[in-house]
Amino acid sequence: MKPAPFRYHRARDLAGATRLLAELGEDAKVIAGGQSLVAMMNFRLARPQHLIDIAGLRELDHLGTDADGALRVGALTTHHTVETAPPGTLGAEFEVIRAAMGWIGHLPIRTRGTAGGSVAHADATAEWCLLAVALDAAFLVHGPRGRRRIAAGDFFLGPYTTALDPDELLTEIVFPRPAPYAALTEFAARRGDFAIVSAAVDLDVQGASVRGGRVALGGVAPVPVRVPEAEEVLAGGGSFTACAAAAAAAVEPPDDANGSASYRKQLIATLVRRACEEAVSR
Amino acid sequence: MTDTDTDAGTDSDTGADSLPVDSSPVIGRELQLITLEVNGEEYEVITEPRRTLVDILRHELRLTGTHVGCEHGVCGACTVLLDGRPVRACLMFAAQAEGAAIRTVESLSDGADGSELSDLQRAFRSHHGLQCGFCTPGFLMLAEGFLAERPQATKAEIREVVAANLCRCTGYQSIVEAIDSCAAARREGEEK
Repeated sequence: MKPAPFRYHRARDLAGATRLLAELGEDAKVIAGGQSLVAMMNFRLARPQHLIDIAGLRELDHLGTDADGALRVGALTTHHTVETAPPGTLGAEFEVIRAAMGWIGHLPIRTRGTAGGSVAHADATAEWCLLAVALDAAFLVHGPRGRRRIAAGDFFLGPYTTALDPDELLTEIVFPRPAPYAALTEFAARRGDFAIVSAAVDLDVQGASVRGGRVALGGVAPVPVRVPEAEEVLAGGGSFTACAAAAAAAVEPPDDANGSASYRKQLIATLVRRACEEAVSR
Repeated sequence: MTDTDTDAGTDSDTGADSLPVDSSPVIGRELQLITLEVNGEEYEVITEPRRTLVDILRHELRLTGTHVGCEHGVCGACTVLLDGRPVRACLMFAAQAEGAAIRTVESLSDGADGSELSDLQRAFRSHHGLQCGFCTPGFLMLAEGFLAERPQATKAEIREVVAANLCRCTGYQSIVEAIDSCAAARREGEEK
């Protein structure tokens, strides 16, 4: 189908973008790569009266670690930029993020889609959202009241719903600490489809043993979730299989056309174990 | 990116300075002037901002080699190159493509009437990489963009990449063979 009419605005700088957002309010949508939004507009699931194109804000297109060892991903950085980043940009510390890009759609989607767009869109199975929750990321947002930082754990409120105010713009994703023993894996009917279940783990490894870690799941709740029950197993020295079983037992996944709840639980048990094994094999 | 001209009567060039906001909830047929660089030529089009790049290519520029299938980013029939990278032309508005170099399937062949096929097109022909042909322009541009970035692509990587587009005739095997043989021939050419 064809999208409903709208007015197109091109922001020249961050201040202009946030001023436009404040002025136009809830009738406006920000467009970056548009890989989710344009499809929704073509279906007329979204009918914004105004589109604010922020693609020209090149200061939001950056990728690298800062002096504190945190990885900073500009909102306009494409999945493809991360996937093809020169060795050393992310390093072994953030290899999990580079490797996760291959799960996002297909090449022509990854060349346009952006990290910030994915987070702001907040699909329950999106890889960036799951990575952010698993790795305790924070989001920097700009608005008319200034700048604020929102923890990933407080950001996702429901399907396609975030803590962003209508006049706020997401500018950066900050992954605060290295995650050398982390991995993301998922299962979809076909490669490139939306995941039915996705799992990400970030293990604390000392010497040759796992001392604890974080376990997060996508596709099992309206937002990506951490699973404390599975993390307790890791902290207690339990096996990966026991950790995965605890994760499957702890959540109540949806029962829908993409898979029954019991099927999803089986996927969780497999995927969490697989992610743990991949994380320690890096 | 360049800023758009507002001669066509729109507020497309809204930045930090002016905020011509219409308080009316009804959006009329707003028109804007956009400039696109396609296959090395510059085109000016006056259009509604809601029109996607693929619709402008086909209906305004009459470059009908690019096909349009699903219009929501699944089938890949509309794949074109934007600054050398494969993108879905149905998943972007034409206005977003201003300032970028766009290449469509028409740019591949050569000769006065476009009858001199490129090496990639010849490889598709000799490997029977097409049957009905509907998906072919999308596959060609996907492969063209991918091989430019990954000339050393393995067959496994090619298989993974062509999963981006849908073909209901060939079963993909012949498409993979075509792209792989073209890549191998280009590598051989480089060595000589």
